Formats: sequence, C-alpha cells, structure tokens
Amino acid sequence: MKKDLVVIGAGPAGLAAAISAYEEGIRDILIVERDNLLGGILNQCIHPGFGLFTFGEELTGPEYAARYIAKVKELGIEYMLDTMVMDITRDKVVTLSSGLKLEAGAIILAMGCRERPRGALNISGTRPSGIFTAGTAQRLMNIEGYMPGKEVVILGSGDIGLIMARRMTLEGAKVKMVVEIKEKSGGLARNIAQCLDDFNIPLLLNTTVTKIHGKDRVTGVTLSTGEYVSCDTILLSVGLIPENELSKKCGVRLEEGSNNIICSEDLMTDVDGVFCSGNVHHVHDLVDNVTKEAIKAGKSAAIYLRR
Amino acid sequence: MEKTYTCINCPLGCQVKAVISEGKVISLSGNTCEKGEKYVVKEVERPSRLVTSTVKVIGGRGPLVSVRTREEIPKEHIFDVMDEINKVVLKAPVGLGDVIIKDIFGTDVISTCEMEEK
Repeated sequence: MKKDLVVIGAGPAGLAAAISAYEEGIRDILIVERDNLLGGILNQCIHPGFGLFTFGEELTGPEYAARYIAKVKELGIEYMLDTMVMDITRDKVVTLSSGLKLEAGAIILAMGCRERPRGALNISGTRPSGIFTAGTAQRLMNIEGYMPGKEVVILGSGDIGLIMARRMTLEGAKVKMVVEIKEKSGGLARNIAQCLDDFNIPLLLNTTVTKIHGKDRVTGVTLSTGEYVSCDTILLSVGLIPENELSKKCGVRLEEGSNNIICSEDLMTDVDGVFCSGNVHHVHDLVDNVTKEAIKAGKSAAIYLRR
Repeated sequence: MEKTYTCINCPLGCQVKAVISEGKVISLSGNTCEKGEKYVVKEVERPSRLVTSTVKVIGGRGPLVSVRTREEIPKEHIFDVMDEINKVVLKAPVGLGDVIIKDIFGTDVISTCEMEEK
C-alpha cells in the first residue's frame, strides 16, 4: 500500500505535524499510534501549564491534546491505534505490527522520548519493588488508577518528578524529599514553587541516593550525606532520552550521548524524505515548542512531497 | 517586609520582589509582565490554586476521568477539594468539560477529558 505521508506517533508532535501537512494540501496521510488513544503522553499530564503560548490560556494536558484530536477528526485525517511501527527502511517502507507494509512518500518521526531508568544510574543495593520512573508513576496514578506507594523519596528534580511530588501528596502520600545531585534543579522555577514549596517538600541540592535498601519492597535509601531515609517508594526523575530505536533502523544520524537527531533547518534527517519533530528530535521543555516545531515539520514534508 | 515570590504563571518563573506592609503589597520589582504583578498581589492577599486530579468512572474505556477546578480555589482548601473529588464515582460516558462537582468554593470541578463507554 502507498501513502503520501506516514506520521509515526500521535502525541502532540505527530498530531500537529499531520494537521500542518494537511493544511499545506497533503491529503493522503496516515498517523500510526501504538497506544489505544490519540494524544500521547499528554493524556497522563493532567496538571495545568500547557498552551499558554499556543492558545493564550492555561490548559491541562488532556485538554491541550483534545484540541488537536478534534482537528484531526474534523479534517478526516486517517489514523491507526494499537499499531506499532516495527521497521522503517531507507527507501521509506514502513512495516506495521499488523504486518502491513506501507510505501511512504515522506515520513515524519514523532515518537517522543523515554525516561532514563534506574539502570542508567549505577545505584548500589538490592532490587526490590517500589522503584518507578516518575512518568510510570504518573501513568499508574492518572490513567490506570493505582497508587504507587505511601512514603516517597524522589531522586532527580526534573519537571515530571516535581509534578509527581505534588500529585502523590494530593492523594495522601508522604513525599519526604526531592534529592538533586546538581547544585540547581533541572525543573522549572514555577514547579519548585507550586509543587514543592506549596506542600513544604524539601529539595536537597548537591545530594543523591547512594544505596537502595529493602528485600521485597523498598524500605529506605542512604543519601550521599550518609543519612538514612525510610521510604517504600522511590521515583526517578533523572532525564529524558529521545526514543530513536526506530530512526536508527533507517539510517537516521544521531548525536552521541544525547540521542538527539541531527537534521537540517527544515527538520529533514539525513535520510531523504524522513523528517522529525518534537521530543524524538530533542527533548523540549514545553509542549508549545513541540507544536511549533511539528507545524514546521508538516510544512517541510508537504514541500518535499510537492516538489 | 520584603519577600521574593516565584511567579507560577508561565515557564519563565520570574522572581518577583515584593514590599509588603500589613498584608498589602506596597511595591513590586522583577516581574516581566503584568501577570506577575497580579499573581504576587493575589499570592500575598488571598493565595489560590487550580486543583487537578482524577475521578473514578464505571463502564468506561479506562478507570479514571481527569478533572480540574474551573477557576482557582483558595489555597488553604486544596485538600478539602481533593476530599470531595475523591468521593465522586461517575458513570461513562463523560464529556470534555462536563460539570463533575457543582459550586465548590465558588467554582465547579469539570472533566478535562472525554470518556467513552466500554
């Protein structure tokens, strides 16, 4: 089967890129999404803070996503849910988990990013349950309806960790502290104010977790200061990495270390006709910036297809 | 009294210095827009926050609907609002923007997502 444009991922980047390409005159578009609904990570980001620059008002993640989902449906852009892209080749053949092979005129990569896991940190100690990345805890609480734990230490002060400090506090957990190895938090100042200070959660800078204790379940951590802190849950908020496993398969060039995509000004990767947008390109602080970049990627792909 | 506030209106997070006397802001510096001024005056006189959470739903595609207060509510009542939110059980379908709790601290709790029936 042939498709003018295949967009991989239906998060904020994929949705805005597809809409932008449509508005530039491309009609034969398919968005492929592995989850069972459109919107990507925004669906679990139930806090406000989205859309200030794009819409001039503050929306929650699901509300921000809903505007683009409505537009995709209104325009009649085709999408597939519960479908994963298994392979992309250099000549733009896209293989789906259903077995279907698509010959794409152009591809927009919009797979987003992943969280750095415990394995990336070299923390000594046992391997009990109760250790989650902040985003996994967010999904458990906001989508699946599970409470990850009661007494929490958060390692790393990225924005998702700060947001989850407040979220878990609101649902009755005791968030004991956020520890950050650097001398400055990686999160936004507004999140330190409204997620930590509002609830008197201490932020310990120049501090990290050196050991995790517990056999079946986490029982505590040792800090780099030597202090022992009891807890049943550890959330990790220690950075994001563009999810480029698929991009590698078709020969997209990546920057070593960051895993960012090396691309041209118009967002075309090293592979002819393969474009990128959003967090798969590089991690963005704001969804508004993802949207802006995705609109550009959609335009670039349309220009490429028309040439 | 002089106190520094972090404006929470946008990602800039301006550090706004306020001179406060008898619970009123006398002068401000450090904000880069008028939102910062509004925020700090509010934060000094009657601090308020938007509350976002989830509500249980029966018969839906998923077990939860995300919700928020339509407007900000007094900061000291955040946990009172959470208590009320946690009492609610909805039945699918739920529409985006549906009123979930009416008239709570001068505003409503509304849904922020759509939840279709299973």
